[in-house]
Amino acid sequence: MQQETNSTIAVAMSGGVDSSTVAAMLRDEGHNLIGLTLQLWNQRRLAGHEGMPEAVRGRCCSIDDVYDARRVAEQIGIPYYIVNQEERFEADVVRPFVNEYLAGRTPIPCTLCNNHLKFDQLLLTARQIGADRIATGHYARNHYDAERGRWILSRPADKSKDQTYFLFGLTQTQLARTLFPLGEMEKPAVRAIAQQRDLGVATKPDSQEICFIPGGDYKTFLAAYLDEQGEEMPASAGDLVNARGEVVGHHTGIHQFTVGQRKGIQQNLNAHPASPFYVLGIDAESHNVIVGHEEELLTREAIIDRVNWISIPELSGELRVQAKVRHRHEPAPATISPAEDDTVRLVFDDLQRAVTPGQAAVFYQGNEVVGGGWIV
Amino acid sequence: MQNTIYLDANATTALLPEVREAMLPFLDASFGNASSVHQRGQRARSAVDHAREQVATLIGCRANEVVFTSGGTESDNLALFGTLRAGDHLITSQIEHHAVLHAAEELQKRGVEVTFLAPKKDGRIETEAVRAAIQPNTRLVSIMLANNETGVLNPIAEIAKIAHEAGALVHTDAVQGGGKIVIDVRSFGVDLLSLSAHKMHGPQGAGALFVKKGVKLQPLFFGGAHERQRRAGTENVAAIAGMGVAAEYARSFLKNDGERQIGVLRGSLQEKLLQIPGTQINGNTERVCNTLNIRFDGVDADALVIALDLVGVAASAGSACQSGSTEPSHVLLAMELSERDARSSLRLSLSRLTKADEIDRAAEIIASTVQRLRNASL
Repeated sequence: MQQETNSTIAVAMSGGVDSSTVAAMLRDEGHNLIGLTLQLWNQRRLAGHEGMPEAVRGRCCSIDDVYDARRVAEQIGIPYYIVNQEERFEADVVRPFVNEYLAGRTPIPCTLCNNHLKFDQLLLTARQIGADRIATGHYARNHYDAERGRWILSRPADKSKDQTYFLFGLTQTQLARTLFPLGEMEKPAVRAIAQQRDLGVATKPDSQEICFIPGGDYKTFLAAYLDEQGEEMPASAGDLVNARGEVVGHHTGIHQFTVGQRKGIQQNLNAHPASPFYVLGIDAESHNVIVGHEEELLTREAIIDRVNWISIPELSGELRVQAKVRHRHEPAPATISPAEDDTVRLVFDDLQRAVTPGQAAVFYQGNEVVGGGWIV
Repeated sequence: MQNTIYLDANATTALLPEVREAMLPFLDASFGNASSVHQRGQRARSAVDHAREQVATLIGCRANEVVFTSGGTESDNLALFGTLRAGDHLITSQIEHHAVLHAAEELQKRGVEVTFLAPKKDGRIETEAVRAAIQPNTRLVSIMLANNETGVLNPIAEIAKIAHEAGALVHTDAVQGGGKIVIDVRSFGVDLLSLSAHKMHGPQGAGALFVKKGVKLQPLFFGGAHERQRRAGTENVAAIAGMGVAAEYARSFLKNDGERQIGVLRGSLQEKLLQIPGTQINGNTERVCNTLNIRFDGVDADALVIALDLVGVAASAGSACQSGSTEPSHVLLAMELSERDARSSLRLSLSRLTKADEIDRAAEIIASTVQRLRNASL
């Protein structure tokens, strides 16, 4: 599964500075390119629904982003097309995102989008239109290791931009057909190239939030989406309980909470504790939100399911790794071992704060991604 | 792009050289405003009047029954908004172009009652369906002549007869019929009929609405007394002059067996493509001569359109939305195709300029590209 040379590459262009620069760089290297933009979500869809303003401002798949991507494609002289995947995005990313929150978990839509859209559907479309590989603006590195006979995914040169946490689901085939041209670069150098090439997007700000949720207000999004679908927000009001199961307050719905959260608790407690309370866990069945002091958030163990292995074919016994359980979490030393029903037991050396169901656990050895899965 | 085989004539057509020639003076020295008193103005006025005669001749009406607009969309909007008030009832169909469909939806918000008729599975709107939908307050029946995606022709003359018996007005969006079939407003019996210049080798940005003498029409725009107070705004003289010449060429093309000639090419393309396994025609009934809507099982038509473009065949799938990507065709969905089948459907539309050897080459390219897509999907 070695990569072919001199073939056509499809560049996934979001209209941002990173993917635009990738297109310009590959063009300069003389590759045969096709620019593709995935149309994933219609920002105006929820306008006027429950809590959403009539004029929704959002970045994801906005006409402005498509305009930017198209301009870059024109400027560097490559064919460019928009691929509509709104239905799949809704089915594979938006709906699961909503369901996860309603079930008291904290989802990561970007990983679902990578797994189902960018490296699955887009790669398929690319192959259908005659491109063997896709290139994206992700900050990550991949290479083929002949000794192990495997494609390896590793952290990029610019650690502050590391996106490998969202890419743990990539299969060997997907890695073999993907280029990450920004893997060796620092972000300022990327902007400098965009500026040199006089790309209009050179000074465009980085996207930070979940692309289909303008302003990052997911609670408003949930309400508006359910309203549009003609569904009621499931009643999930319940008690705030402490670790011993004693009721200490009340809340109006479990979807408003995520493990480690401090906001929205203190004012709902029956009595004021000496130090602030945090969410320790959510029980979707009883609607109980378990709260307690910060030190109670610390855990050492977690069970991880639906694991995808990258640098190893499978986990046969105990393995020393560094594990990362949140996008902004510094990987911490841990041991992983096979557990029941194809799951993995993750045991950290030291206590970790807020290991959250629904988030991903990604295992590293140095810069290499060993694999990753979902926290149960 | 020079060597591209263009099979997307229902989207737009190439400007005929003669049309371009007729337009040039008005982009140049003869820049007059058709409302001005001076000779430059008079030259422009005379060009607009001449074009009005040419368009009237194409559709068999009098010149004073032709209102020039900015295109098919404006003509459709003018026909609907110009005749309907809150409390009126409109009968239209689910397979109309968005220019009618979205105008009808907006009218619905403003208090007009609307019936959206479903087509038969072959894509045709039945006369009986129109009859069954008529109410005492039915003011307008608007059914398209030829569908833009399937080419299927509707029985406009019969529909008009029924509508008139019930005292309703009749509009037809004939944008996809212009220059492809003989349009005669008298034998159709319609009161309003929309045309677009660029679908018949004229320029983009010009269209016309036939308004039968005596039909009262509320204008969309308010301003000067242009177009007998039915369409305020300085005339787009160059484009209107171009539309006139395009209409004249369309007429002579139809008189000289043109419809049959395009039909032969379309038939040849259809026959060749049906050799590909897992292939079916959408709307396999009486169709306008140039359109072929064909589905290839298991093929994503969006990817097919891109793949074909990259190897030199311009075609289309679904209907273009704002960003330039496509949505599954509302027409095919209304014909009860599954979403999957609708997403596997390709529209090929020929024009007068399509050559026989282009059809042969296109058929080969499409066959090999469909095969490649099917292989890549495995």
